[in-house]
Amino acid sequence: MVPTNYYLALSAILFGLGVVAFVFKRNIITIFMSIELMLNAVNLAFVAFSQALGKLDGQVFVLFVIVVAAAEAAVGLGIIILIARNRQSLNVERVNLLKF
Amino acid sequence: MTPHLMLFFVLAALAVGGAVSLIVASHPIRSALALIVVMVALAGLYLLLGAEFVAAVQIIVYAGAIMVLFVFVIMLLNAGEEERTNVSRLAGTAGIPLAVALAGFLAAAVARSTPVTATGAAAQGAASTRALANLLFREFVYPFELTSFLILVAILGALVLAQREK
Repeated sequence: MVPTNYYLALSAILFGLGVVAFVFKRNIITIFMSIELMLNAVNLAFVAFSQALGKLDGQVFVLFVIVVAAAEAAVGLGIIILIARNRQSLNVERVNLLKF
Repeated sequence: MTPHLMLFFVLAALAVGGAVSLIVASHPIRSALALIVVMVALAGLYLLLGAEFVAAVQIIVYAGAIMVLFVFVIMLLNAGEEERTNVSRLAGTAGIPLAVALAGFLAAAVARSTPVTATGAAAQGAASTRALANLLFREFVYPFELTSFLILVAILGALVLAQREK
């Protein structure tokens, strides 16, 4: 069997890569995808703990996270379509009306 | 090196490689395909962890539905190459040190924890899916019903957002 630590380390690495993508990407769709990457990393930690503790609660949580991610994708992509229609651009640097 | 461990390392390398190529790729379509690779690799890891139902849902909902939605929007908006702009000052000065600090904290926490191997008490195979259904529809039935409201609200929100202005 694979030690749970390995899964947690992989989860941390994926989450860190998601944070890096979130900070450094300029395309709003790619930024949105990096949020999905972070959610996936957390899901992996949930399932790893579920297996380590011998309880299934973690897997139920993963199902809820997937549902929330699906709802978030639907609303978020709607917002992205609106931004693209209003700004004619997907670059987040152009979306700066609220910037101080 | 057991077969399990070997499979874990192959899938982990696939997932990390996909995540890195999501960052490196300049075209959103390539990023989306890289993310699909990550999700499929994670589904394999879920199978390795004995979570068959979660692996199936990962493939069907994540790699299937959500990523198709992403690719659809990328093509609908005709998203081109990402413009290379200078990283903002805040991201340059605070982003990298904070990302390194986060990685350091997580690595320290993982390294300090005692190695745990699974107790193996969780039910395996079809019994695992049955136990998951029992848990979901008995103990977690109220959260489960609430998620249906969440999805309803999300559908309405998406409709309101995406309709053309009169």
